[in-house]
Amino acid sequence: MNKIFLVIEREFLTRVRKKSFIIMTILTPLLFAGIMIVPMIIATMEDKKERNIAVIDDSGLFKDKITETEYLKFTYLDGVSVPDLQSSFSESNYYAVLYIGRMVASSPDAVILYSDKQPSMDITSHISSSIRNEVETQKLKTYDIENLEEILKNIKTSIKVRTIKWTKDGEAKESSSELAFGVAYILSFLVYMLIFLFGSQVMRGVIEEKSSRIIEVIVSSVKPFQLMMGKILGIAAVSLLQIVVWIVLTFGLVTAASAIFMGSSEKAMAQKESVSNLMDQPGMAQAMPEGITEQSFAGEMMTALSNMNFVLIIGGFIFFFIGGYLLYAAMFAAVGSAVDSEADTQQLTIPITIPLILAIIVMVSGLRSPDGALTFWFSMVPFTSPIIMITRLPYGVPPWELALSGALLIVTFIAVTWLAAKIYRVGILLYGKKHTWKEMWKWMRYNS
Amino acid sequence: MDILTTRNIEKRFSNHLALDDVSISVPEGSIYGLLGPNGAGKTTLIRIINQITGPDKGEVECFGRPMKADDIYNIGYLPEERGLYKKMKVGEHAIYLARLKGLSRNEALKRLKYWFEKLEIQGWWNKKIEELSKGMAQKIQFVVTIIHEPKLLIFDEPFSGFDPINANLIKNEILDLKKKGSTILFSTHNMESVEEMCDHITLINKAKNILSGHIDKVRQQYGSNVFELSFKGDVQTVKDSLNLNYELVSHSEEAGLIKAHIKVNEYSADNRLLGLVLPVAEIFGFNQVIPSMNDIFIQVVQEYNKAHGLKS
Repeated sequence: MNKIFLVIEREFLTRVRKKSFIIMTILTPLLFAGIMIVPMIIATMEDKKERNIAVIDDSGLFKDKITETEYLKFTYLDGVSVPDLQSSFSESNYYAVLYIGRMVASSPDAVILYSDKQPSMDITSHISSSIRNEVETQKLKTYDIENLEEILKNIKTSIKVRTIKWTKDGEAKESSSELAFGVAYILSFLVYMLIFLFGSQVMRGVIEEKSSRIIEVIVSSVKPFQLMMGKILGIAAVSLLQIVVWIVLTFGLVTAASAIFMGSSEKAMAQKESVSNLMDQPGMAQAMPEGITEQSFAGEMMTALSNMNFVLIIGGFIFFFIGGYLLYAAMFAAVGSAVDSEADTQQLTIPITIPLILAIIVMVSGLRSPDGALTFWFSMVPFTSPIIMITRLPYGVPPWELALSGALLIVTFIAVTWLAAKIYRVGILLYGKKHTWKEMWKWMRYNS
Repeated sequence: MDILTTRNIEKRFSNHLALDDVSISVPEGSIYGLLGPNGAGKTTLIRIINQITGPDKGEVECFGRPMKADDIYNIGYLPEERGLYKKMKVGEHAIYLARLKGLSRNEALKRLKYWFEKLEIQGWWNKKIEELSKGMAQKIQFVVTIIHEPKLLIFDEPFSGFDPINANLIKNEILDLKKKGSTILFSTHNMESVEEMCDHITLINKAKNILSGHIDKVRQQYGSNVFELSFKGDVQTVKDSLNLNYELVSHSEEAGLIKAHIKVNEYSADNRLLGLVLPVAEIFGFNQVIPSMNDIFIQVVQEYNKAHGLKS
């Protein structure tokens, strides 16, 4: 038994000492953190700049009617044409020129925005919704309805669905399906990638031992099963170390960065309670029922984030990743034993990659209906459960389903490893030929 | 006493029989040669003895009792397909393999130091395996095979890949190990080294043991009826003097001396041969020709294949 630890130790140390491992371990959290931090930075920077847009209104309908925001101002010009402005545009302080044609009510492409930069989506969508609102209002006015102003104020309603989860002990917790979606998507994709990454490392390790001809030297002192398991567990230890470093570093980087870019953490907490300034838009604030304050999007996410069961999600992630990895690593090891070089593996790995790819396809529909029948069954079948169960986890999964899926995974992993070891034992000693699954099936039935 | 005995080993792979009823007995303290054409089943037999694969039928006895899993600590095995992890450092690698054979880290370090000094390869300790030449790597493999001082050593083609100087060095180390009391079983195609080193041999052909025994007895058995006669005189006269019991197989001339190989059809008649040729030639020498292992190998394998209607 202690020889298996020697194998694990070697597999672990030779990999951890590699430069590529150290670089990957440090760079990946930078990437993760970057993905989270960059939008934060952009969000804080972009809106701070005040932009002035010149409006040339040939229809004469929109003077002072386009909604201004904190950072977006409109200047209405009379008796100036677009070519006039174009010649002096670079000297003017205008960010853009908005031209509204005479026939705006009937032809939708009568509105043109000129600029020497590409105006952002935020700006164009803000302008188009403002003009649309105004045109609609104007059209309604032609119907001569009494008290129109008041009616309009009353019918404009903002709907924002907040989701609140009732827990067993009667508490009501703010949750967020967007957040669950994001977490589920990222984590299940990560499991998929990591199983592939570390599974093929096992395969490559086996091929290396075969092609460098060390295998027979080793199996004269270690049982082939011990060597295979030692390799699989050694690489599992490497992967766990890497994941833990990734989680800790990413968390640290994001916390540090948000403290820098979002101001002090107190401010972030305060934001959670603050009333949104999205309320600038007319007709919205008035339409809100009294007594309910709306949180900003970021604040909402914070509440939902702190309400998520992170111990369960991270624990589940690690359990299902390790279970899935062990299951697939054994199969990858069997394939590695049947070939002499990596170039020969492609055909043989197809039966392994199909369930994984299938899982990714099911994941996409699982994100939409985490409790659907398809998702349920795929989260039970051990070859896909490591990915699909992670997809369901952030939405909440009944404990019995978790336990059943986990138990099935463990049982299957043991059975598959047992069979893979039988293939491995024969394959590692046969050189010079690429073998087929049919032959590997025969090897399973040899006696040791 | 026999240190290793295999009894009626049979091993079948999906489409062919690799070993068919193979029994060998390796006496303690001897050097035992395992010979045979490529694909005869030598490596399969060696793998069964090393418990890498199991036999379908038959049993292996080691150290006077049925073989146990722990016996691998008392066996050193140098496989034919041998290599090392390319990315590891020589010293680190040697320690790893020695620990797999049951040595503690400190003990492994101590013994490796001794052997590295003895073979004058201390300077390699911190090199990576991939920087070594094939011959250099073979030396490391040899050292780690014997590092745990096993009672039984098994070498599969130990000399392949060595230049003559290093092959000689390894040969002397093997003879040295024998002197210290180890038993050595090795397979080889190098018949000269068999003649020089082996006490016993087994010839395996087409999955069967077709010849076993002490090497001197084997050579006498296959060479007892050819004699070499050195003389001065006329070959034709000598040939004419022979009766039906003798046959001149070949002759050659060297510095005026004719050496003729004469086959004796009746074993007991060798003395009478001299009586026949003495009157017609000046005799300088007369001795039995002992065939080389090479000749015996070819003869036995071809005869066996012919008798069983097999292609060689």
